[in-house]
Amino acid sequence: MSLETTRQLKHDTPDHDRRLDGMAQGVLGTDMDRPEGRLKVSGRATYAAETHPEGMAHGYLVRAATIGRITGSNAEAIRAMPGVLHVLEDERMIRNAAQGMAGESPVQKQGQSWYVGQPVACVVAETFEQARHAAQAMMVTIEPDGTHVFDAEAEGVEVDTPEKKQVSQGDLDGAMAEAAFSVDHDYRTPSMSSAAMEPHASVAQWDDEGRVTLRGSYQLLRFNKNELADVLGVAPDKVRILSPYVGGGFGSKLGLAPEAVAAALSAQVLGRPVRVVLHRRQVFETVTRRSETKQRIRLSCDADGKLTGIGHENLVSQLPDEVFSEPVAQGTHFQYAAPNRVVGHNIARIRRSATGSVRAPGEAVGVTAFEIAVDELAKTAGIDPLEFRLRNVPEKHPENGKPFSSSTMEATLREGAARFGWQHSQPRQRREGEWWIGTGMAGAVRVNMMIEAHARVVLTGQGARVECDMTDIGTGSYAILTQVAAELLGFAPAQVETVLGDTDLPPASGSGGSFGAASTSTAVYLACMELRERLAAKIGVKETELTLKDGVATHDNRQTPLTEVLGDEEWRALGHLKPGKAGQEVRQATWGAVFAEVAVNDVTGETRVRRMEGTFAAGRILNLKTARSQCHGGMIWGIGLALTEALEHDPRDGHMVNRDLAEYHLPVNLDVPQLGVHFIEERDDWANPLQAKGIGELSICGSGAAVVNAIENACGVRVRRLPATLDQVMEGLIAQG
Amino acid sequence: MRAFDYIRAGDRAQAVRDGAGPETRFIAGGTNLLDLMKLEVMAPERIVDITRLELGGIEETADGGLRIGALVTNSDLAADARVRRGWPVLSRALLAGASGQLRNKATTGGNLLQRTRCYYFYDRGEPCNKREPGSGCAAMGGMNRILAILGTSEQCIATHPSDMAVAMRALDARVEVEGQDGTREIALDDFYCSPGDTPHIETVLAPGELITAVILPAPAGGRQIYRKVRDRSSYAFALVSVAAVVEVENGKIAKAQLAFGGLGPMPWRDRAVEEALVGEAPSPALFDRAADILLTEAKGHGGNDFKIPLTRRTLAAVLSQATEAAA
Repeated sequence: MSLETTRQLKHDTPDHDRRLDGMAQGVLGTDMDRPEGRLKVSGRATYAAETHPEGMAHGYLVRAATIGRITGSNAEAIRAMPGVLHVLEDERMIRNAAQGMAGESPVQKQGQSWYVGQPVACVVAETFEQARHAAQAMMVTIEPDGTHVFDAEAEGVEVDTPEKKQVSQGDLDGAMAEAAFSVDHDYRTPSMSSAAMEPHASVAQWDDEGRVTLRGSYQLLRFNKNELADVLGVAPDKVRILSPYVGGGFGSKLGLAPEAVAAALSAQVLGRPVRVVLHRRQVFETVTRRSETKQRIRLSCDADGKLTGIGHENLVSQLPDEVFSEPVAQGTHFQYAAPNRVVGHNIARIRRSATGSVRAPGEAVGVTAFEIAVDELAKTAGIDPLEFRLRNVPEKHPENGKPFSSSTMEATLREGAARFGWQHSQPRQRREGEWWIGTGMAGAVRVNMMIEAHARVVLTGQGARVECDMTDIGTGSYAILTQVAAELLGFAPAQVETVLGDTDLPPASGSGGSFGAASTSTAVYLACMELRERLAAKIGVKETELTLKDGVATHDNRQTPLTEVLGDEEWRALGHLKPGKAGQEVRQATWGAVFAEVAVNDVTGETRVRRMEGTFAAGRILNLKTARSQCHGGMIWGIGLALTEALEHDPRDGHMVNRDLAEYHLPVNLDVPQLGVHFIEERDDWANPLQAKGIGELSICGSGAAVVNAIENACGVRVRRLPATLDQVMEGLIAQG
Repeated sequence: MRAFDYIRAGDRAQAVRDGAGPETRFIAGGTNLLDLMKLEVMAPERIVDITRLELGGIEETADGGLRIGALVTNSDLAADARVRRGWPVLSRALLAGASGQLRNKATTGGNLLQRTRCYYFYDRGEPCNKREPGSGCAAMGGMNRILAILGTSEQCIATHPSDMAVAMRALDARVEVEGQDGTREIALDDFYCSPGDTPHIETVLAPGELITAVILPAPAGGRQIYRKVRDRSSYAFALVSVAAVVEVENGKIAKAQLAFGGLGPMPWRDRAVEEALVGEAPSPALFDRAADILLTEAKGHGGNDFKIPLTRRTLAAVLSQATEAAA
């Protein structure tokens, strides 16, 4: 092993060098297949629950059926049941998952049931069936501790209004009063689940040195490691987490969750590996959900359709003591300019399960409602909603005057409109039999973030290996990190191996908030640049004069194979990205526009999306195929948000009623039409040396609004309570007569 | 799931004998029973597997009808050329249900015996008179979007989830069953029980009685429509569905056989609705009158109130479609 050198970047300034544009391998930005794709589609990629260490026992979580103080249980009887090895009732069990990037134990305070469905015990048995049966037989005695509120809009609910999250500029009331046109409506989005395909699962195993290895399904391993260590009361170096493959996360696997804690504690007690897999119903009930929202949106404009006032006042819900709250207005702060502005953020403390980050926290629901309101104002003003948006493209951040790192709002709107063939029309103009046909559009916007990341690249004459604890939650991390290294070091992708999902490797960003690809790719970029410097030094040229392609260095009109340069040596370099002022001096964001055509049944109010076109700008696209897949996914989420998805909570105790995939209605194939996705090629120098930005969440932010706006254009019914289920649309149709 | 005894029946006599034991269930496709057993919503002590019995096949009967073996899968039944020709409403109803994978496993007999999809029936943490007689009905004051508006009782507002059975009821199907006392045929009209005070008793089947076939009378002719209204395009249970067999002669409705899904504790049929239609010229006013009759006793429970206007509108649209070209 040779010396490992480090290259660090504190990201304070834009990078105008755009070094990637000068590379020769030609693999970055292509639609390269995922290197691990074959393993996944042939069942050979081993997901957390599929590891079976010798002697593994099975744990199953026990849920609280009511709220209150836990006073006892029938654990003794449960222990006597066939196969039962252990009943875990440990004070360290957690009531809900840690919030993303917490890095410490989430709220514990066991001994108490905070919400119906909270995991309060874990039964471990020799077989899964024995554990499940015994867990279902377990009765935990809970003494009621008063009356609780289950609805954020109920009378007498406790509401936090954090001062830091309120904005007031100018005089919105005045602007509304003087406006040529204005709208003022309440919009509601429902409680939602990320519903990742792979249920949460953990297999924990302790070794003789008191070190625990957890095979889990997590997104942010370097944080999760510290969270688990904190819960268990051990040093972080006593914890190793492995998540090489994650079957969908969407925020639900950001923070360490109850099943991991139960597995680790049980395995410690029993001295043998323990697996805990959540039943689908437990996934819904115990995983953090997206908060329901009530959004009062006020908009005013002048006679030309120029916005003069923006108000976005929100109510979200959360359990007591949780710090996170759905940042509904995150996009509102900068999406449109208007001198008079109010942003309100209110958190109702209620006893539904904990809320947390779900794909595009903030914008997914905030931009959706806001873009419906913009559509309403454009209609009131008699202006084509596309034209209305074009008249309100902000030149700089409207609240703080900072420049945008890049502004592609107008370009995505124009390009999207052209690709869709947008033509503004009045509602109720097109009819095919029972079906009203209409079109709608919306802008999409999402903040861009970078977080600290490390990655190691090991170079030999034959190829390279990328190593870090980054996760691939289905997004394509394996592919893009391979491509970045292959491009910079001049190898075919097959010569680059990417090893992820192991906390014994350098701590990367993890996956979340669309920051994973750009952050960890930058760390890989830095490590590769370090290696390029070392190659150049050894060859005796300037790094900028070195061309690397197909394992050969070209310099001064000469070619030297890397096998010759390195011989038998193995060079290692560590890239380390630290976020800096570049994230604060400008507003970094990704932009898009979504257009939709829907059919609405005049009899039943059923809506079918017939066509959808998304145009997005997110800096350099690292892999066209995986980026497009991300946008497909986001647009389908938009359909779900607009039409089908809602977690229903019982009004009497807040428990989740429809907690399975039969009754929580994700869109099915037949709900999804052909989706058009187009990227506007862009280099955002402020973003990072790759000029790449996050793409995972952008497409959900606005897609739902395009569908809801299209419903109005089709049949004249405006839905302000999502999802736009057929009963709501039908009632609107009846009201129209 | 609780431990249970498993018996693979070698012949019908054995199946019927073993099936008559206490806490015993037959299993065929298992698409519903296994899920419910894993959740311990159902916890039979004994399972009698009937999949090795000779209960497959679709045969023509002497009077031009069909005898559908209890083990014929939903997929095979939907695809059968005779069914598609003579009883198309049945084929369409089958294809409107579940998913391709489920239809490949689910059987004709089992489909008739599907349990309700009421959220609270599935949730052992909640009272449910159907799951645990006498415990109460949580659906009444809770979430009841998908639940019944017709034929309910104070004890239960669950719906029967089948699409297939709705079409069969419109087609005057009969159920052939075999018990320890021999075989008998039960009209589908008489097969299901009203919930009343005993919502856990869903059919007239005696312990051990095994569905062996479903008999369809000769093709009903007319125009046949199955329309299912639901919360997404596929893989969702009916909020309202209508199976219609309607014939118009000389400008008047000569035949009307209508059954409804998503409305009641059983595939719903109301002869008074049909009587009001037959002999009349189709018109929006007539369809409205038919809906009035159908919905006279309809009772919403808050979350499912919308089913009442939805049923009215869907029925009118189906009747309009069934009668328009011929009128």
